[in-house]
Amino acid sequence: MQVVLGGVGELLITVGLLLGLFVVWQLWWTDVVAGRLQDEVVADLGWDVPAAEPVVGDPARRDAPPVLPAPAQGVTFATLVVPRWGPDYERPVTEGVGRAAVLDTLGIGHYPGTAMPGEVGNFSLAGHRVTYNKPFHLVEELEPGDALVVRTEEVWYVYTVTETRVVLPEQVEVIAPSPGRPDAAPQEAMITLTTCHPMFSARERFVVHGVLDHWLPVADGTPVELAAGA
Amino acid sequence: MMYAAIWRLLPGPVWLRVILALALVVGVVAVCFQWVFPAIAPFMPFNEITVDE
Repeated sequence: MQVVLGGVGELLITVGLLLGLFVVWQLWWTDVVAGRLQDEVVADLGWDVPAAEPVVGDPARRDAPPVLPAPAQGVTFATLVVPRWGPDYERPVTEGVGRAAVLDTLGIGHYPGTAMPGEVGNFSLAGHRVTYNKPFHLVEELEPGDALVVRTEEVWYVYTVTETRVVLPEQVEVIAPSPGRPDAAPQEAMITLTTCHPMFSARERFVVHGVLDHWLPVADGTPVELAAGA
Repeated sequence: MMYAAIWRLLPGPVWLRVILALALVVGVVAVCFQWVFPAIAPFMPFNEITVDE
């Protein structure tokens, strides 16, 4: 009897330790691994470092911006810079929203078939809010008017947050070309971020919409939105 | 039981057994972090971040 109870007890302790270990892995180690990889990916892009001095006013362009062709799955074609999330926040943006191929490893994923940066339509991104380097961890701190800056090799696209909201996972109309109106033709170049809500739950989705404010060739300088303290 | 049996199976003096036991623990953690946890994580009921039907 005692032998059996002792064995069961040891087994329960072992299961408890393994569950605890899983929590450590999920909350800490996935951040370490994904963070290392994503920093590497941004560095490996080898893009020109923009001039440190931000330029204001004149160079900001509001005509139709250049639009990249849609890349192949798994290709990192842009980075996302969000001043509200700190001066060092720059994360890679990769084509595709598969968990293993993109979201759990390379970070932010671009919904295939949605608009490209600067294009009229809805440039739609998904990212983790917790774990796996949590690119959208501070999503709830975004306020209307905040800048979401997308950088491709040649161009800065500066979007402005217009709205944040919580939707159900089935509400795919948030990434429709004209968000919320699946049948309407798009009029503007929009950006949409989707992530989980509440944190550590898959019950709902937190969604951020923004609209393109202006664009700027990287060769002409850095958007004023990225100036320190701006 | 199980842990006592592992302890008995480890060879050598106590200091060597302690080192071997620690190595076993590190090995188990490594296997979990590298293969087991990544394999079961997609089945966990959280971390869904995309919208789809």
